[in-house]
Amino acid sequence: MSRDQILAALRQNQPEPVPLPASIPLERIEALELQAKFKTMAEGIGSIVHLVDEFAAILPLIEARFSKEKRVLSTVKELVSAAIPAFELHADPHSYADVDVAIFKSGLGVAENSALWLTEEQMGIRVLPFITQHIVMVIPLAALVPDMHTAYQKIGEADYEFGTFIAGPSKTADIEQSLVLGAHGPRSMTIFVYA
Amino acid sequence: MNTETKTHPELSEIFNKDEQRVNWHDETLWWIRQKRDKSAHSIPEWEMLREKASQIKNNALSNLADYLVSFEEKALANGIIVHWAADAAEHNRIVHGILEKHGIRQMVKSKSMLTEECHLNEYLEKQGLEVIDSDLGERIVQLAKEPPSHIVLPCIHKKKEEIGDLFHEHLGVPAGTSDPQILTEAARQHLRETFLTRKAALTGVNFAIAETGEFVVCTNEGNADMGAHLADVHIACMGIEKIIPKRKHLGVFLRLLARSATGQPITTYSSHFKKPRAGQEMHIVLVDNGRTIQMGREDFRASLKCIRCGACMNTCPVYRRSGGHSYNYAISGPIGAILAPNLDREKYADLPFASTLCGSCSNVCPVKIDIHQQLYKWRQVIVQEGYATSSKKMSMKLMNYTLSSPGIYRTAGKAGRWVLKHIPFAVNNQFNPWYKQREMPEAPKESFGEWYKKNVK
Repeated sequence: MSRDQILAALRQNQPEPVPLPASIPLERIEALELQAKFKTMAEGIGSIVHLVDEFAAILPLIEARFSKEKRVLSTVKELVSAAIPAFELHADPHSYADVDVAIFKSGLGVAENSALWLTEEQMGIRVLPFITQHIVMVIPLAALVPDMHTAYQKIGEADYEFGTFIAGPSKTADIEQSLVLGAHGPRSMTIFVYA
Repeated sequence: MNTETKTHPELSEIFNKDEQRVNWHDETLWWIRQKRDKSAHSIPEWEMLREKASQIKNNALSNLADYLVSFEEKALANGIIVHWAADAAEHNRIVHGILEKHGIRQMVKSKSMLTEECHLNEYLEKQGLEVIDSDLGERIVQLAKEPPSHIVLPCIHKKKEEIGDLFHEHLGVPAGTSDPQILTEAARQHLRETFLTRKAALTGVNFAIAETGEFVVCTNEGNADMGAHLADVHIACMGIEKIIPKRKHLGVFLRLLARSATGQPITTYSSHFKKPRAGQEMHIVLVDNGRTIQMGREDFRASLKCIRCGACMNTCPVYRRSGGHSYNYAISGPIGAILAPNLDREKYADLPFASTLCGSCSNVCPVKIDIHQQLYKWRQVIVQEGYATSSKKMSMKLMNYTLSSPGIYRTAGKAGRWVLKHIPFAVNNQFNPWYKQREMPEAPKESFGEWYKKNVK
């Protein structure tokens, strides 16, 4: 049995146990400063950021920006309209292959890198944030944290089935280090931060 | 390209035939190193982060057996099927077995250096299966029938015109296309069709969490997620050293990984796979392939802390000027040169010598591996075990003889200066390996010893 062989070899060869280091002290940064940092980082990696005073301002902006797109889906029930139908779950992930725009609500955003955390529940179906041509995320200002340490403190021991940090549109620089947005996933990412 | 029997110096010589390309390669990688610096310097606590990462990895390695058992237990409870492979052959057989059970002949794969190490693609192709690499850089080298030349930037050695030619031949783009935007779009369309039609997807693993049984895969392109979330079967392959104790430790590693690799604040996607999606089968293959042996070598154990960011390659003056293919191993550059001899000391005897021992690799390593010290230690092991080349042995002996006698040392120095001054053609020729791609220096009038004797009072 390879399992037992590997474990036995490790027990023989691994060094004396070394303790874990102390946790990193968590930063506390005021909300407006977090918002400014988040916006700078997000725009730096190719996201489009709108800071809006109230949630109600978001829907008209999305409708205007994506009025020409054919299949738009919203997983956020407050962001549904005649032009933007609510997400409906189909077991076959392939049925979302033609989605042009998908809208999600994140409950955790990281200012130091502009990554937004989404769990499977918030995605509707796992493939959706990746297969859509354009991704829209909304996040309350109060959900921004300074860095990844605080982010994981907030995630804590949550029992998600799948979760991901998304920072910007999908991208590649594999051809002579030229940055191209829209590798295999979304070609653009639009973020609304609301107070 | 058959590189099986050639040494690092021989392969570097091939790469160095095109001087302009070498300069371009060198400058491109140095530019990435500078982006890394800028990104690292924007975080005041960077050095503290490196230290924490190093300590967490030390803890992980020192308890690896227990952490693996915990990871397995949690992963099984989460509904993931766990396999253990002693070596590359067993790993390949396990992957093949899973595909065979489902009657799957075609698989899409995202980046996994472990599967490169195990030569999985070649193995599966011999069994009549088709594997398509979905990372853009990996797809490019796959079409060119080459191995990746860099663990993060697989086709960093290729010019956009060459990529255009490959895409013209294989993907039908118009001849002469070299715009990265257009080429990337062509690959996007081609690979989207692949993602949508494959029943099995294989991914690598960046971190596996002992506490929760979940694993994290980082990409910029979204290719790992596209493959895994569309396929009926997801196979994730990982070396056993990828385990970290707790979920919260990801905070440390995800801050370091992308900044060290490319200077990005984080990769676009950091996906945490904890349970298979409804109706999907998820497998993890835990692979040893020499890692337990490396664990037992005190001097080289720390190489198992590596998180595969590639920073040591981008900064290495030898890697930048010799190219990744000169290393002849799945993982090139300084870290590859300490991992490869663990698997085969005779075959990779030349790799620890492919370094100036300048120490830049150790200074940029996000988990503080003493890379250049290990290169130096491997040299000693390799010479002691008799794997050094005869010319290396001879020059070492000569060096030892010269340096152990002050008289001979002074005479040799004088002779050298005289030759450089009076008969430079005796060293400025193809028989002197130091003359290749280099001018010999002008001879100083006197040695430092002579100068010191005259000037010291």
